[in-house]
Amino acid sequence: MMAPDLSVTLGTLTLPNPLIAASGCFGYGLEYEQVVDLSTLGGVVSKGLFMKERQGHPPPRIVETPAGMINAIGLQGIGVHRFVKEKLPLLNKAGARTFVNVCGTTLDEYVEVSKVLSQAEGVAAIELNISCPNIKEGGIQFGCSLTGTHDVVSAVKKATHLPVIPKLTPNVTDVASFARAAEDAGADAVSLVNTFLAMAIDVETRRPKITNVLGGLSGPAIRPIAVRMVWECYQLVKIPIIGMGGITDARDAIEFMLAGATAVQIGTQNFVDPFVWPKVLDGLKDYMTRHNVAKISDLIGTFDPTPPKPVHA
Amino acid sequence: MPPVDIDATVIANARLSRDYSVLSLAAPEVGRRTRPGQFVMVKPAGVTDPLLRRPFSVFEVLRNAAGDVTGVSILNKRAGRSTKKLYELEVGDVVSCLGPLGVPFKPVGPPVEAWMVAGGVGLAPFATLAESLAAAKAPTTLFYGARTAEELFYLDFFEKLGIKLVLTTEDGGRGVKGRVTGPLEAALKGVGPAGAMVYACGPEPMLEAVAKLAARYNQRCEVSVERVMGCGLGGCYSCVLPVKPTFAKATVGGHGDGHANLVRSCISGPVFDGAELVWE
Repeated sequence: MMAPDLSVTLGTLTLPNPLIAASGCFGYGLEYEQVVDLSTLGGVVSKGLFMKERQGHPPPRIVETPAGMINAIGLQGIGVHRFVKEKLPLLNKAGARTFVNVCGTTLDEYVEVSKVLSQAEGVAAIELNISCPNIKEGGIQFGCSLTGTHDVVSAVKKATHLPVIPKLTPNVTDVASFARAAEDAGADAVSLVNTFLAMAIDVETRRPKITNVLGGLSGPAIRPIAVRMVWECYQLVKIPIIGMGGITDARDAIEFMLAGATAVQIGTQNFVDPFVWPKVLDGLKDYMTRHNVAKISDLIGTFDPTPPKPVHA
Repeated sequence: MPPVDIDATVIANARLSRDYSVLSLAAPEVGRRTRPGQFVMVKPAGVTDPLLRRPFSVFEVLRNAAGDVTGVSILNKRAGRSTKKLYELEVGDVVSCLGPLGVPFKPVGPPVEAWMVAGGVGLAPFATLAESLAAAKAPTTLFYGARTAEELFYLDFFEKLGIKLVLTTEDGGRGVKGRVTGPLEAALKGVGPAGAMVYACGPEPMLEAVAKLAARYNQRCEVSVERVMGCGLGGCYSCVLPVKPTFAKATVGGHGDGHANLVRSCISGPVFDGAELVWE
């Protein structure tokens, strides 16, 4: 049998494999260069970037919950200009395919940040962060409104030649309608899901576990909900979907692909196991061999909703 | 050098008290690379509860009779769910161990004196530092404070290295009654002309008091901080703490956190110059 073909296509973009490091879970990518060859990943999504630097929320910023964690980092970041100057050249040198997570407090800021990136050397795509649950100003106000989603995607598409991939929030009644709004506005793909709005209380002190009180839940705990949402979107839109939510291994990644994801992102698992990447890649190849799949893209959306056979104890 | 990630077998889990244990791990590669003040990220292997590892200073670098490094130990204090599970581990259990990580202490040599200041579980980074200082023949004192006499551990270990002990307990059960900063200030008043390097690890209010005392008496000070940490590699931005704008320590790839004055304690620390931190 020939070597399995792991490549996937997101609009005009072809990746050597479907595994992408999720925003906010991989620093600027360079932090992980010491443990993984960045060129072996399908892509790396940067931390969220505004025009200017941001301090983020005071710590504590995370708390662990059953099979997951709640974070409210507050998008601490160096701003797009420093990113382009200090990080992007090193990511290019490392052979990374760099997706930049673009944030804004206003529609104009999304456009301006995207313009800066359009002029930079070596950006693969823009992931529009319209779904961060942790900051008051910007982002989520676009991601929780169908017209807001349409407007920001449409405006950024006009301002850049780069592929535009809005990252959707799961904190809405019907995420698929947001994927449709993004598609109608010209999005090249959608990524989902961002974290689930959550909170945890210290019952001894009756106070919040993290400074921001509310935060975003990630990790294996959210995976079944994220898989469901990817499947819902897959049935409604034609543009590629990048699926994520609690992926820990190849089996999880394949589950998202069967539900309709063209590529997947791995986030929280980087904290659990920074050496996760080659393990998942090997697992994908193993699955393809066992199931006689020559091209991984042949798996996309091949979930079979026929009820499972009864299981008897 | 990149950290290693291993499934390490528990060699021993010596319960020192109801809350404290010394968890010894078969991790020779981690042990060989560890420098005093560095840390490891640890959790029971193969479980999602806890999902994330927790940071621990390397307590001892373990050696066999021939002197070969066989692993590391951590000083664990039962405080939450994760540390409770580590306290309950038995010989033969397996933990995920990532390390060594972080910025180590800068050991001094004679004639400068080395003063290690430990509060409670803050003793953890000082066993390896003490060995290093003893090898450099630096005159070394351990100022060690705990709640009670029963929670003063490993005194023999430090005495055998020729380290002078100054003990305090909150209940007066052993040594000076009160906080460890009392005897430290008395010593700072009488510091010799060669000066002292103060190393501190313990609760943040103690670190603040020690750093301010050292500054007042014009002595250098390094503190090892502990913050809620997610990954240990600079990926998650959970463990940040405020530093003065002048702070320019290089981080991963030679690129610092720049103007932002919240820096990641996992890669810019856990050891910081006490004068660089902003106390909240």
